Amino acid sequence: MKEKKFTHRVVAFWLFLLACLLWYLLLYKTGDFKYGLDLNGGTSLTYVADLSKITQANQDAANASTSVSTTTGQKVQTVAGTQLNIEDSMNGLRDVIEKRVNMFGVSESIIRTEYSRYTDEHRLIVELPGITNLDEAIQMIGDTPILEFKVVDEKTDSDTGATSTELIDTGLNGNYLKKSILSFDPYTNKPEVILSFNDEGKKMFAEITKNNIGKQVAIYLDGQVISSPTIQQEIDGGDATISGNFTTAEAKTLVTRLNSGALPVPVNLASSQVVEATLGTQAKTDGLLAGEIALCIIIVLMILWYRLPGLLASAALMVYVGVVLFLFKEIPVVLTAAGIAGFIISIGVAIDANILIFERLKEELRSGKNLSDAVEEAFHRAWTSIRDSNIASILVALILFYFGSALLAGFGLVFGIGVFVSMLSAMFVSKYFIRAFVPESTDSKYYKLLKFLFGSGFSK
Amino acid sequence: MFIIKHKWIFLTVSIILVVGSLLLVATKGIKRGIDFTGGTEVVVSYKSAQDVDLGSIKDNLTRTGFEVKDVSLQKKDLDGTNYVSIKLLGEVSQDKRQDFERAYTFDNDPSFVTKQISENVIGPSIGKELTQKAVWSIVLVSIVIILFVTFSFREVSKPVSSFKYGLLTIVTLIHDITIPLGMYAVLGITHGAEIDSLFVLALLTIMGISMADTIVVFDRVRENLKNRKSNETFAEVVGKSLNQTLLRSFNTSLAVLLVLFALYFFGPLSIHDFSLTLIVGMVVGTYSSIFVASPLLVLVEKWQKK
Repeated sequence: MKEKKFTHRVVAFWLFLLACLLWYLLLYKTGDFKYGLDLNGGTSLTYVADLSKITQANQDAANASTSVSTTTGQKVQTVAGTQLNIEDSMNGLRDVIEKRVNMFGVSESIIRTEYSRYTDEHRLIVELPGITNLDEAIQMIGDTPILEFKVVDEKTDSDTGATSTELIDTGLNGNYLKKSILSFDPYTNKPEVILSFNDEGKKMFAEITKNNIGKQVAIYLDGQVISSPTIQQEIDGGDATISGNFTTAEAKTLVTRLNSGALPVPVNLASSQVVEATLGTQAKTDGLLAGEIALCIIIVLMILWYRLPGLLASAALMVYVGVVLFLFKEIPVVLTAAGIAGFIISIGVAIDANILIFERLKEELRSGKNLSDAVEEAFHRAWTSIRDSNIASILVALILFYFGSALLAGFGLVFGIGVFVSMLSAMFVSKYFIRAFVPESTDSKYYKLLKFLFGSGFSK
Repeated sequence: MFIIKHKWIFLTVSIILVVGSLLLVATKGIKRGIDFTGGTEVVVSYKSAQDVDLGSIKDNLTRTGFEVKDVSLQKKDLDGTNYVSIKLLGEVSQDKRQDFERAYTFDNDPSFVTKQISENVIGPSIGKELTQKAVWSIVLVSIVIILFVTFSFREVSKPVSSFKYGLLTIVTLIHDITIPLGMYAVLGITHGAEIDSLFVLALLTIMGISMADTIVVFDRVRENLKNRKSNETFAEVVGKSLNQTLLRSFNTSLAVLLVLFALYFFGPLSIHDFSLTLIVGMVVGTYSSIFVASPLLVLVEKWQKK
């Protein structure tokens, strides 16, 4: 018995040291928290990608391949190919926007793609911390050159002699552009733009030029023809030259725009959010203040209600807060106003486990058990309630995290982490802290004092 | 035993509140926020000695050609700063930006120091998705709760089957979310309050906390049923369990409520309404797990016997 008590005290001591170390790290050695736009100020833009062209092209391809071969293998391949194509385009889109945002020197911007199965939309989300001028931000992203190559197919009707032109989409577009440079025609000294394609683009370009010798290829920028040279010969592995009637300045702008990236797919702004930096700072300060007040209230309540165990539970609560904040920094969790609320509420829920245990402790003491037995029994008996109610809360948090919108997911993550850590803290940290103070036997000279301290404060 | 004995009084209070809320929602409807309908919300802060005339802002905007959904006071700081939320059906396009600013600043009236502090534009497709996600979250949470409670009370099949514990938990949850909904129907009329994603989040949080609460009481019932004395009736067991968990329910709820009050009075502006919904939900949720869930459990057992 005595040895067991000694072990309890050693564990409690180490837990205490670890907690101190954790708080030291938290306060002096770790970086800052990551805050969402609503707490930092900034702009968030959500674009919906217009993939109608790509899906159309894929459908055509699928129709073509099914007419050629109807084996199931072929079909599966085509369907898989479709998915891949969209994903590639979206990734390309993201890279382009990323380049563009970086060119404007926005630090810590987040650019990501998202698929919504609810509305069947592919989206691009751009978060720009520190940018609070919505129009400026939209301008920065929105200047979207779309580069396309189309073959001009002229058909002469043999009966009437009338010619009709048809534009055939080649599939070659800004996606396949590696870079473009400004150059001058050595003979005329006119400015021209040279486009270099990546490997895939080169192959496509060679194919197009090979199959369409003598025809014109129209180069479209943002839906406007900027040049339509006639193909003289197959251009294998070479570059395409646009020698439209540019001024040098125009050609220069075109090169810059092309190099900052032509968007592989058109995008439309679907939603936006701007938060002024001062509001964000205010929200951060308010959130912190509310959290501190909440923590103080809980600690005062616990000590008034449960005396010594209340004090020990408060110590355990500080360990809990330390662990959660440490996790927030290290994972890292992006904190939003709703997330901070989630954490503050989880402090309230965290204390529930302790309340359950201490109410049980009072019952056990009333039934005539000695302190040591009563403490063990209280923790043991309260466990099923704590386990079930906490698992239930964690399940709710998981649903929010996986199925909820960004707001709900952020709250769910913080709340889930909070409840999970609180369960461990109540069952482990509180337990050892309390055990350390329980006298080993009833003949200890402090027994009476301790029994008083373990009694409840307000409610008899 | 007091609660079980007088269960009909407590149940009647709940029934009146729930039915009243349902009637309010059905007749008056609930205003959906721009989260769900799509639209624009602009929050403007006014620093001024005098009160801001919300009606005039609305008139100014309407005259300039904006489709105004609502103009409401979100919060008033101690230093006299008014936070006014302006909700529009469409968005503020670049070329109408100046008109918009002139409208809410009363043509740059020098007695106001105004600042646009946030702007949130939700497109229709995003609104559609947020609505569906909100509905799905609530449905999924309800399903998980019923399954979880059924599972964790699987050993208690007598005298009331564990499935019914799950159902009763759902009944209390419906109770807990209908009353805040009713409150929003009223607030919608008086303050133009609208339900948004944060409201849904508040409902889900209430569901989570209230369920945890109900589980604690049921858990005690489960334990006491195991050690049931031969002469004890089911009602007595439930009554005893309630008495044993009453103080805990009260203390926990008080702790959470005080935390929520801290959030309401000192927390960030954007979660002001959210905290209020949670406070109401918490009170209702505590009431339901003490005065509704257990009395219903006793009633279920009684009806089974018949």
